[in-house]
Formats: sequence, structure tokens, C-alpha cells
Amino acid sequence: MDFGPYLLLATMEGAVGAAVLALTALGLSLVFGVMRIVNVAHGAFFMLGAIVAWWVADTLNAGPALNFLAALVISPLAVGAVAISAERSVLRRLNYNPESTIVATIGLLYVIEQVALMTFGPDARPVVAPLDFRVQLPWFGYSGYKLLVIGASIVLMLVVWWGLTRTRIGLMMRATQFDRETARAFAIPVDRVYGGVFAFGAMLAAIGAVLVVPIQQAHYLMGNDPLLLSFIVVIIGGLGSLRGTVLAAVIIGLSDGIISVFFSPTLAKIIATLIVAMILVIRPKGLFGTQSA
Amino acid sequence: MVESKTPRRKRQASGVSRRKALAGLGGVAAGVAVSGVLPRFVRYAQAQNSAPIKIGFQVHRTGIGAAYGRWYDRTTTAAAQFINDSGGINGRPVEIIAEDDGTDPKRGAEVVEKFATQHGADVAFGTLFSHVVIGSAPRAGELKIPYFVVSEGHHVASGILNRYTLQPGITDVKSQVQSMAPWVASNLGKKVTMIFPDFAFGHDHRDYFSAAMAAQGGEVIGKIAIPPTESSFTKYFPQIPSGTDVLYHVMVGPGVLTFVKEMGEFFGANRPGIFGFIDSLEAVSIDSPGLEFLEGSYFWEGNPRYAQAKSPEFDGFYRAKVGVDGNGASVNDAKEVSTYSHMFGCWETLHTIKQGMEAAGYQGPGDRAKLIEAVEAISNIEASQAHPQGAKLFNGKTHQVFGHQFISQVGNGKLNVVHRTAIEDGFYKDEVDYTSQPF
Repeated sequence: MDFGPYLLLATMEGAVGAAVLALTALGLSLVFGVMRIVNVAHGAFFMLGAIVAWWVADTLNAGPALNFLAALVISPLAVGAVAISAERSVLRRLNYNPESTIVATIGLLYVIEQVALMTFGPDARPVVAPLDFRVQLPWFGYSGYKLLVIGASIVLMLVVWWGLTRTRIGLMMRATQFDRETARAFAIPVDRVYGGVFAFGAMLAAIGAVLVVPIQQAHYLMGNDPLLLSFIVVIIGGLGSLRGTVLAAVIIGLSDGIISVFFSPTLAKIIATLIVAMILVIRPKGLFGTQSA
Repeated sequence: MVESKTPRRKRQASGVSRRKALAGLGGVAAGVAVSGVLPRFVRYAQAQNSAPIKIGFQVHRTGIGAAYGRWYDRTTTAAAQFINDSGGINGRPVEIIAEDDGTDPKRGAEVVEKFATQHGADVAFGTLFSHVVIGSAPRAGELKIPYFVVSEGHHVASGILNRYTLQPGITDVKSQVQSMAPWVASNLGKKVTMIFPDFAFGHDHRDYFSAAMAAQGGEVIGKIAIPPTESSFTKYFPQIPSGTDVLYHVMVGPGVLTFVKEMGEFFGANRPGIFGFIDSLEAVSIDSPGLEFLEGSYFWEGNPRYAQAKSPEFDGFYRAKVGVDGNGASVNDAKEVSTYSHMFGCWETLHTIKQGMEAAGYQGPGDRAKLIEAVEAISNIEASQAHPQGAKLFNGKTHQVFGHQFISQVGNGKLNVVHRTAIEDGFYKDEVDYTSQPF
């Protein structure tokens, strides 16, 4: 294929990856920004979102479009519920101690993955896309649904931005992120905000997964790659900065996609990890970071 | 004061006093002692006749091979049941001891060690994924435990493994692709682009099919290696050279359905001929949404998934035993498709182990060398209830079996066999003589 169309395909693939990555990484970044903890189980929530989406589609059986819409609503709520119960039963008891939460969330990751394996099974199962149309370009065809994913992700991120900056709840979250003790002095229920943020972070990962599951399939190991990339994105973007996360997601997603198309996916991951290392050396706070890594 | 009260209350609440517990334990110990006090010769005779033959089953319960592992497990259990119902091996029942290797080579070696040292297994068997076989077989050789793999990899016959490793139940990739090349070259085209997973099994396809195509006057003009854990494939399709007559694909792992869907999205109606190995779609239904693209394309099958009008004689019997219907899906869930082209290897390998043990007069682990020699002496294998996939020929020197291969075409949501190769189509020169190696 000529270079031009090749680059176009690479960019489109990268954009789809960046769109899903932005949502997933945003969830991780929120959790770190507000709660100052690292959630290693974030990829597991992503995977849960996909599996619940498959289950909803399989049970409802009301046609691809309705199945998908139902999954888009039910899956984040279900994953959010799991996240809140995990937060209440595990994280709160550890007092959000950074090292302990890393270990605890690793344990959570194993539990969720194995429960998924035991119930959902080892197969990859497909979910039919709500709209099945093909965009035929002069050089190749492309899935219309993938283009929709890019649009949906942009809309969702705008909604999250609006929620954080224009609503009271968003104000409480940002206040807790800024200074927890002062926020508590202002009668903000910090514990509830923590629970809500943890759940919301998991829900964002779940939404990302629901969007991606008609493209890939639901599989119990599918959370590992998004976890790795989300960490890379959050560190590069700067811990505590949502704007940085989104920007880094676009950069990493596009570069991962383009390098993968022209060279190999392994090389793309190597380069992404090298970028992380360099950024941590040159600019330890990341692109827009407010705290050091 | 409060603390000392609670333990006392708990003790009374449990209702079992120390005296009762000691009495119970004493009773059990006495019972064990009594049952152990048997005249020595009766005990020896019991061990001779009824001590089970322990077969260590290395299964991919988790990891990328998990879908195959599930069906290997069911087939193995059904085969052991059938063997035991027919009297066992030399009158001794077969006991399958399963251990999960996580489709991981390192874990595989640990599992082999566990079979040999902890479980006291007579033989180990069942591994599928080639990188796990290559990681585990050396350990089997070190521990001198016969290791019967059901893997399709060419590694056994290539000579890189050891005399303890055998593959008597399933054909290898070199043989399979060699028997495919003539049909592909004359029916589909001479310029082939190959898409394969980037590990031992995929490399076998790449190397041997290229050689086989060249022998037919064809050429492999593109070779695209994909990481086995890859989940998105669109990025690879632009690498397919124009002028490709035939796209040859053999994919493994959870992403195969996505692979085919994305292939359809990329090409649309403007597609080259497609020849795939059913590995790309094992455990996946042919009429899954997004696979309409495959209508009219061709697949290699090791054992035809859909019952044909001219199915091998014992296919119906075998399907009933392993719980698979005429569409290759589970009789309990029509949406759960089996790995039909591979799992027969477990059934047949267990029967070959039985044949070898009976020929060798196998008594215990001291007879392992005799068992291997007995299996090496096997050559013609008839189609039967023990070998439902069809007749085979075992090469004792290379430890590899040869059999029929099938080519099927996708039509109306089913796979219909259009060609069945002769066993000789897959022959190649011996690359090793394990029988000349010491034990």
C-alpha cells in the first residue's frame, strides 16, 4: 500500500486506540489525583465492564442497538458497585496507605480475574456492534463503528469535564484533591467523595471497555494491556492533572497505533516505555503534573 | 476479665469436648490399623490388580490455551471413562491427575516435575501449545518419565526433544501443510501471503509451507508474524502485498474472531482467495456475526467439525462419548463450539498409551523404558472406536504419527469437506532416530 493511505490507516487505528485509552486513563488519573492511591486493579474493572456488557447483550437479546445501549448504561453501574464495595471493604480499612493499597489492589486484580475465568470462562466472546456499516475508502475499507467510538469518546470526555468543573459534586472532588484536610473542615464528606471517585474511575474504565468490546471481544485477560498503557499515560501526563492525562493519551495512543502499523506492536510498547523513562528523568512531574511521581 | 469469659463460652458452645475428640481419633486410628493388617500376599495381589495407572494430564486450564484446555479435559475424561468401562489397562483402572500449566512453558516444566515426583504418575500427557511443549519436554527427559504430547508442533519429529517425548495421537504441522500445498496451488493460486502467530507453531507453518509451496511451483510472497496475544489486527493488513492470490491464515488465541472480522472490514468484497487452518476458529461458531466474510473460503481441518454424509465410521460413536453434536458443539449448549480438530488427539493418545502398556506388560515406573519401546514398535493404526479420526501410521523412529487431513469449504454456515488427503501426502524424510538414543 502507498505511504499516504498507509499513514491514514495508521492514524485512524491510533485515534481509536487513543479514544479508548483516554477514557480508561482518565479514570485512573482521577483516582490518583483525588485519593493519592495507585489502583492496580484498574485493568480488571476495564475487563469487568466488557464482560458485563457481553452478559447484558446475551441476556437481553433485543437486537444489537438496544443491547449495546443497555450495556452502556448497566455495565458502568455494575462495575461502579463492585468498585464501591471493594473500596469500602478493603481500601478504607487500609486507610488509603499508598503501599498497602498497591498490594491490596494487586490482590483485587487476581480475585476479579479468576472470578471472571471461573464464571465467564476462558473464551473470547463477541458483542455485536450497535451499528454495522463499513466505510469504503479508495484504498481500503474501515469499520464505521470504530469511527463512532472516537466521536463517543470525545463526547464522554466533554461530559466528564463539564461535570468536574460546573457541578457541585465536581467541585467537591476538586476541593478534596486540592487539600483534603481543608475540604474536611468545610464539611465536605471526604470519605464519601473517596468512595465516589473510586467508583467513578472504575466506571470510566468500564465505559471505555463497553465501547471497545464490539471491536475486540470480551476476554478475561483483556485488562492487562489497557492497565499498562493507562499507567504510562498517567505518568507522562502528570499525576494529578486531568488535562495532562488526556493529552498524553492522545499522544501515546496515536504513536502506539502509528508505530504498530509501520513497525511492530512490541516496538511501539518499547518506545512508549522509553518515553516514560525519559519524561521521568527530564520532567519528573510529567507534562502538567502537580505532584511528583 | 471479660476476655477470659469468651473462650470458655466458645468451648462449651462447640459441643465437642477434648475427651470426645481423642476418643474419635483413637477410633479412626484403630480402624486404619485393622484394615492395614492383611496377610501380605493378599495386599500384593490387590496392588497388582487394582492399583490405578496414574496418568498425569498437563492441561491448559488458564492462559491463552484455555479454550482448548477445556475440551482436552472433557475428551480426556471421556476417554478414561471409556477405557475403564472396557476393563482398564491390564485390568487396572486409569486415573487421570490433572494439573494446570497456565499455557506457560516454565509452569509446564514444574507440572511435569510434580507428576514425576509428587504424584507418582506413570506417564505424563496432554500438552498442546508448542512453546509449552518445548519448555516442558526437557524436564520429562531429565526425570525419565514418558511424555505423550498432543501438540501438532514439529518439534518432536525434528529431533530437538528426547526419547521420552512422543506424539502418537495427532499429526504435526510439517505433515499438515505439506499435504495442503498441492491442493492450494492447483485450486486457489500460486502466490500466497501467510499470516501466522509469532511463536514455534506459527514458525513451523511459515517454514514448512514455504518449502512445500516452492515444491509445487508456487511462492510465498508475504509473511506476516503476529504476537499471539494481539487483540487488534487491522494494522497488519496493509502489509499484504498486492498480487496475492491466496491469503493463508492460522491464528491462535482469543483474538481470532476479531482477526476474521477485521479482515472482512478491510477487504470487503474485494478479497483474495482465503485458505485458513481451523485453528483460527476452533471453539468459535462459523455463523458468528461478522464471519459472513468467510463464506466460500477454505479451511484445513484435522477432524471435520460438522458431521458429513460420509463421516468416518466411528465419528458418531466418538461424538456421543465426548458430548458433541453434529455441528461440533456441546450437546448441553449449542453455542459452545468444540475444538474438534485437535481434541481427538487426547482420545487417541490415551488409547495408544493403553496399547503400549498392554504390549509391554507394564507393571510400574520401572517399566517406562519398555513402554516407550512398545509404542515405538507400533506402526499401522486402524480406524476404530479407539481411533475415530481415521487410520494412521506411527513412525517409531521419529515418535510422530501420520494421518489423513481434510479440506473443507464454508457454505451456508457449515463446513463441508471437499478433499481428504492420503496419509502418504504428508510424509517427509526422517530427521531423527530416537530409537538409537539411550534411555
